[in-house]
Amino acid sequence: MSAREEVLSRIRTALGENRPDVGVPRDYRTADERPAEQLREVLVDRLEDYKASVLRCGPDQVGATVAAALDTGLGAGWDPASVVVAPGVPATWRPDGATEDDGRPAVELAAFAATLTGVAVAIAETGTLVLDGTPLSGRRAVSLLPDCLVCVVEAGQVVGGVPEALSRLGPTAPLTMVSGPSATSDIELQRVEGVHGPRTLVVVLVA
Amino acid sequence: MTTAPERTGPTPLAPGAPRSGTTFLGLPTAPRGVGHLRGDRPFPDAARDALRDGQLRANLGHATSTIRAKRARVVGEVPDWEALRQAGKALKTATMARLDEHLLELERQVTARGGTVHWARDADEANAIVTRLVQATGTDEVVKVKSMATQEIGLNEALEAAGITPHETDLAELIVQLGDDAPSHILVPAIHKNRAEIREIFLRTMPQFQGPDADRDLPDEPRRLAMAARTHLRERFLRAKVAISGANFAVAETGTLAVVESEGNGRMCLTLPQTLITVMGIEKLVPTWRDLEVFLQLLPRSSTGERMNPYTSMWTGVTPDDGPQEFHLVLLDNGRTAVLADEVGREALHCIRCSACLNVCPVYERTGGHSYGSVYPGPIGAVLSPQLTGVEDNASLPYASSLCGACYDACPVAIDIPSILVHLRAEHVEAQEKLTPEAAAFKALAKAMSNPRLWRLTQRAAGLGRLLARGKPTMPPVLPPPASGWTRSRDLPTPPRETFTQAWAREHGR
Amino acid sequence: MRVALFATCLVDTVAPQVAMATARLLERLGHEVVVPPGQACCGQMHVNTGYRREAVPIVANHVRAFAGAEVIVSPSGSCVASIHHQQAMVLRRAGEEQLAAEAEALAERTYELSQFLVDVLGVTDVGAYYPHRVTYHPTCHSLRLLRVGDRPLQLLRAVRGLELVELPAAEQCCGFGGTFSIKNSDTSTAMLTDKMANILSTHAEVCTAGDASCLMHIGGGLSRLRSGTRTVHLAEILASTEDAVSPHQTTRPAISAETAEVPA
Repeated sequence: MSAREEVLSRIRTALGENRPDVGVPRDYRTADERPAEQLREVLVDRLEDYKASVLRCGPDQVGATVAAALDTGLGAGWDPASVVVAPGVPATWRPDGATEDDGRPAVELAAFAATLTGVAVAIAETGTLVLDGTPLSGRRAVSLLPDCLVCVVEAGQVVGGVPEALSRLGPTAPLTMVSGPSATSDIELQRVEGVHGPRTLVVVLVA
Repeated sequence: MTTAPERTGPTPLAPGAPRSGTTFLGLPTAPRGVGHLRGDRPFPDAARDALRDGQLRANLGHATSTIRAKRARVVGEVPDWEALRQAGKALKTATMARLDEHLLELERQVTARGGTVHWARDADEANAIVTRLVQATGTDEVVKVKSMATQEIGLNEALEAAGITPHETDLAELIVQLGDDAPSHILVPAIHKNRAEIREIFLRTMPQFQGPDADRDLPDEPRRLAMAARTHLRERFLRAKVAISGANFAVAETGTLAVVESEGNGRMCLTLPQTLITVMGIEKLVPTWRDLEVFLQLLPRSSTGERMNPYTSMWTGVTPDDGPQEFHLVLLDNGRTAVLADEVGREALHCIRCSACLNVCPVYERTGGHSYGSVYPGPIGAVLSPQLTGVEDNASLPYASSLCGACYDACPVAIDIPSILVHLRAEHVEAQEKLTPEAAAFKALAKAMSNPRLWRLTQRAAGLGRLLARGKPTMPPVLPPPASGWTRSRDLPTPPRETFTQAWAREHGR
Repeated sequence: MRVALFATCLVDTVAPQVAMATARLLERLGHEVVVPPGQACCGQMHVNTGYRREAVPIVANHVRAFAGAEVIVSPSGSCVASIHHQQAMVLRRAGEEQLAAEAEALAERTYELSQFLVDVLGVTDVGAYYPHRVTYHPTCHSLRLLRVGDRPLQLLRAVRGLELVELPAAEQCCGFGGTFSIKNSDTSTAMLTDKMANILSTHAEVCTAGDASCLMHIGGGLSRLRSGTRTVHLAEILASTEDAVSPHQTTRPAISAETAEVPA
């Protein structure tokens, strides 16, 4: 018997004939009725709690705010060529002279100072941004290797909780949920920000 | 000084010993001689040494009280926590009831999206599959995401035996690996080490601090220690051809796998190498995509005490031009089906490895994880390890609890750990073929307690113990075993002349 | 109300004053107390040590002894929790369906003392007088299996003369755990040490709780250290009045023969 057949047969033996039909009570919250502006405030609070920086702006100021975000993350005087941009990021958001990701190898990506992407959805209650591998979010390595990540979140992308976020996402896309900069609690269970992933996360919230 | 057991190889196999036991249904438990599910001595003996380790006690006390407070805060702010908990429990129960069907669906979906699914009956088979897959790529090193399943099966030792170097990339796993130590906590395997001890390990073992010109300036601040790990691993991530991970969840209906982490080492491993091999226990799946909305709320708040962990990666098979282009999923039994066969004990398979039960356990807090002898320590380990190995191979673990119930309250999927502990104690007692002195005593006592007349006589006999006290209010402090277990640290009151029922009968004229 | 008192095997044998105090208290509140003579043990120690088969006749005896009782009260959170959560399960596993149903019905009429006072009788001021500095340890099974919550504290706050001081890390287990205290004696002692440190930090004269077993463990430790702080069961405090003053102050384990006869 193959391992597959044997494991399946063991499971059937273990469970026996009478398998219960188990109902799943879903009495938890699946929607958040709070006004959009309140959700945005919660998102900002949670992001900042995890040591992300947040800059807010109107829809026509995204480009300038992204530049300010890069000032925050890299310090003034950064080189636009050291910023890699996910290919679906609108032209108006991009700094002049930034490099568009073209699928280059990881070693080359790692040489960039910062990344600029959009997001698929943002979760207010947990301060989470979800990137979904579309051109706007970029492939996974792009938002991982450069040390500073700038994400633009648009007003309509903010939802209250995890259930609403998952219902908006395609499960088979490569998904990355980002909540603050990389961090660890492995030393004495004290959280410190900045390990292997980007050590700086700056969020531009458009509304 | 801490008292980590040596972790140079798998549990030794006595000559002639059977490789594995079976349950009454004939389902094999995890084999002996491979992996890290069995300790080399009973819990009370190991605990006795750990309790004397002042540094360990201080490190654990500090770490567990920190995480307990964090967890309580973030769980407290979720108004529907109990509803989520009950949903999580029901989802896991439902998953187990149709485990075979869900696994087949998972296999279909992963395969349809470009992944390859392998099945492993036990640790040996899983190790052989992974070793063969790594060898097929021609590489001699792999990067690893922290994974309990690969710790359980002793994958690192198997890879090393085949000439393949595994690089642990989770900070705590790295500390354990560099320190030639053993993990002592599900979430934070190096919880038994403090910052000064970690600094010493890094300075001693990381290549960047060796050599005459090395800058050995490394303060013991957690941030600086984390930076040292970043430097140590950066180049390894970029050159690795193969990564090995575990999985926190797998979604049957979509074939999606999820890894929940903090540092970004997981993302590095899951994104950069050409080949990804994921080893997953067969119990880790959920039926539908929607089910993750429950577990992605329960897990982070219960484990690191965060609203959400910094990174959660989810992938389905292979995505062209994004991440690994070859994906293998190894589905591991290794005793899990034997656990599934126990109608009471199977609830232990609901565990999502958050480690909240460890952090609230008064026994774990004092003895640390090594005392349990298995990679699964603490309350959940005390119910999971004996079931995976067969209870006689870990017979002391079900007793390593005062049954205080803190684990049940903290468990995000409401596993009734105390009841399973009690159940496994009975399984152990009922497995004894010879009459032990303890069993004889309990049987005699049971006989007395079932018969009021006999019970009154027994009480009177117990009352005669007061003669030993020679009129003092407490019994002598040195009594023979097993009473010595009590009197070594506690006075035993002298039994009264008259029991309550006697006094009551006298007063009420009976 | 006619109340059947379940003393528990431990209290009956080594801490009779706890059951006596419970009876006096209930009588003072105007209820008739009966002590079914067939009672022995709830079976908890056997079940929790792995002797669930052997527990079956013990549980059966308990069910027989209390059959017909209108309401049953016991001064032990742990034993009442076992009656509620274990007895029927143990019987059912042994195929004793009929007896299991009787045990379940009995459990529904069985109360831990503080729950009976607050929930059934609706009293928090039982008219007690106890002029001592007291700290309260919530025992694990009262807290997490019976969910007695703050009922004991409500009762203690209403006691005249009593100064209640909060116990730090109160919800941490004292380390008793039945046979755990012997099988894992070292770990049990480590837990006890921390519990005693917290108790002593309050400078209380008395540590009280709703379980004589945990108190025997804590009191045994405090006595061994000659600490001067002693353990007294909640029932004894609630039974004390100006007319029947609390037991003489000693630092021996509170559970002892010499205090068995609380003056009526």
